[in-house]
Amino acid sequence: MTERKISYAEAIREATDIMMARDPSVFVIGEGVPDPKKIFGTTSGLIEKYKGRVLDMPLSENGMTGICVGAALTGMRPVMVHQRVDFGLLAMDQIANSAAKWNYMFDGKRSVPMVIRFIIGRGWGQGPQHSQSLQALFAHIPGLKVVMPSTPYDAKGMLISAIEDNNPVIFIEHRWLHYIKDDVPEGYYTVPLEKCRVIREGKDITIAATSYMTIESIKASEMLMELGISVEVVDIRTLKPLDEETIISSVKKTKNLLVCDSGWKFGGFAGEVIATVVEKAFDQLSSAPQRIASPDFPTPSSRALADAYYPLSTDIANKVLAMLGRSKQDLEKLEGIAKIRFRGVSLDQPDASFEGPF
Amino acid sequence: MTEKIDDNLIFSLWKKISKTRAVEEKIVEIYPEKDIRCPVHLSLGQEGVAAGVSQALNKEDLVFSNHRSHAHYISKGGDIKSMFAELYGKKTGCAGGRGGSMHLLDESVGFMGATPIVGNTIPLAVGAALSVKMQNKKQVVVLYIGDGAIEEGVFHESINFASLKKLPILFVCENNLYSVYTPLAERQPIRPIYTLAIGHGVEASQGDGTDAHEVYKVAQEAVEKIRNGGGPIFLEFLTYRWRTHCGIDDDDHLKYRDEAELKKWKGKDPLVAIKNKITNSTTISNRDLDNETNRINKEINEAVEFAKKSPYPSLDEPLKVYS
Repeated sequence: MTERKISYAEAIREATDIMMARDPSVFVIGEGVPDPKKIFGTTSGLIEKYKGRVLDMPLSENGMTGICVGAALTGMRPVMVHQRVDFGLLAMDQIANSAAKWNYMFDGKRSVPMVIRFIIGRGWGQGPQHSQSLQALFAHIPGLKVVMPSTPYDAKGMLISAIEDNNPVIFIEHRWLHYIKDDVPEGYYTVPLEKCRVIREGKDITIAATSYMTIESIKASEMLMELGISVEVVDIRTLKPLDEETIISSVKKTKNLLVCDSGWKFGGFAGEVIATVVEKAFDQLSSAPQRIASPDFPTPSSRALADAYYPLSTDIANKVLAMLGRSKQDLEKLEGIAKIRFRGVSLDQPDASFEGPF
Repeated sequence: MTEKIDDNLIFSLWKKISKTRAVEEKIVEIYPEKDIRCPVHLSLGQEGVAAGVSQALNKEDLVFSNHRSHAHYISKGGDIKSMFAELYGKKTGCAGGRGGSMHLLDESVGFMGATPIVGNTIPLAVGAALSVKMQNKKQVVVLYIGDGAIEEGVFHESINFASLKKLPILFVCENNLYSVYTPLAERQPIRPIYTLAIGHGVEASQGDGTDAHEVYKVAQEAVEKIRNGGGPIFLEFLTYRWRTHCGIDDDDHLKYRDEAELKKWKGKDPLVAIKNKITNSTTISNRDLDNETNRINKEINEAVEFAKKSPYPSLDEPLKVYS
């Protein structure tokens, strides 16, 4: 295994390729999987290699999800791909009533080994039906595993684990993560689906984050370091089953908890994490745990509305300062740091080099 | 002109219908004891379809079913001990007491599962057929649906794909004219259901579901075509449920269906039809039938006894939410 840098999207593609080569029961199916755009490049080069196992599909999300469940019940390992997680709402009967329940409902006689890849769209005006973060809906349902890797290394290793897993795995990719590059080993390796990852160690506060919010949290922790605040960032790369132990042991160390999630705050996943910590480690907390998540209205299209909707690293850093009771002077310093770091960045693009439509 | 009759075939159809009838009459008898504490959707009056279709299948062929699944399960050879245990909510039930009557399964005879959300198993069966094709197997998949299921969007999504990929699946639609208490005319325009399948490019026809021998002949021909790679076929059978939608009662007092209609269909009893065929056209004796009836009753009584004696599931055992 040699180290090299590849993008998150390429890591997804590579994991799929490796598993299709290793296991003839793996097939990939989804609207546009073999088309010229190849799901943002994540399915490139597969149709040429794996005849009959790389399938486009009719616009029948519920039926096709059930067809994948039926195939999974009879010896295949489908990897289903949706370009937007919003389309998953059309398939909730088959996800919640068939895939999630079959193993339990029939006393463990037959499981559903399938992966559903969902992509959260954001930016360039995707709007209310193309950029929702629906992880809490899936995590609510017993029987599903819900993962949201935030790094290319985890994306590859966790997709391999997801395909090998005998349960239905909801694999949610944030569109902005697709562009991130990082060290990713060549060849086969796995990353467990049941563990959070401490991505940065610290002692003053724990920021537990999901998906793209992990990246914003890392940026926040860098700014806060300039103010002498040591942040521990825990990447909740698997939402279900939740690795409570890693989060609680981090809170035991830092005594403070901020949870950052890309989904809605109300009834959302961040609240679930906080409730778990409060129930199990209340005496360890020296401040009330806080959440940063999306406000209670649909996702925006206009970039003017995007500015008000999406929390940024600066919002996270501000929240940390407030939680730790830091002075007004620190807040002003933070503003100065942020101004230099984020000059000219618009909230409807992941970075200035990246333009839609996508 | 008299038709040449295969005694074994007719006897086998009679056995399937008799057994289904006897199991459900036993349920009617013991349900008032209130030990079976789950909804039951009886197939009484509808047994001819499952008997005829199952007769055309091999043990390895796969079946998916719905809330009214007893006839499908029994005719495919499903174990009735684990069926009764499931009705009683016992650990030894086919779903470990997690499902009840609406969740039957016996994979040892290819009965892959029944679930009660109308339309829920349609894509599962098509997916199984996709597996069969991708794995170059020779199985045929059968999906049982009712007239209500074709109102679900997922029916059209699934049959479209089955047709597109020429999958080895037989759609069997038992049209019993009612969805719960709502007649077909309140739910669908006047056009035969099977023509919808034709609209999806699938060969389809309509037949009499009360005549198990006729059902068998149509199903046999369809299964052979499908097994030889001909793609999906849709068979609609007209049939009728004698009792109420859910439970053991007659429901004439609800007046949602005409008395004359019920009477007409009760006159088309699938058990009587096959019995007449035995008497008129085979060498099977009454003693053969009596012996088999005794055997079936013994098996049913033992199954009920087994179910009653079996333990309940316990929370001390693994939950199996995940595999």
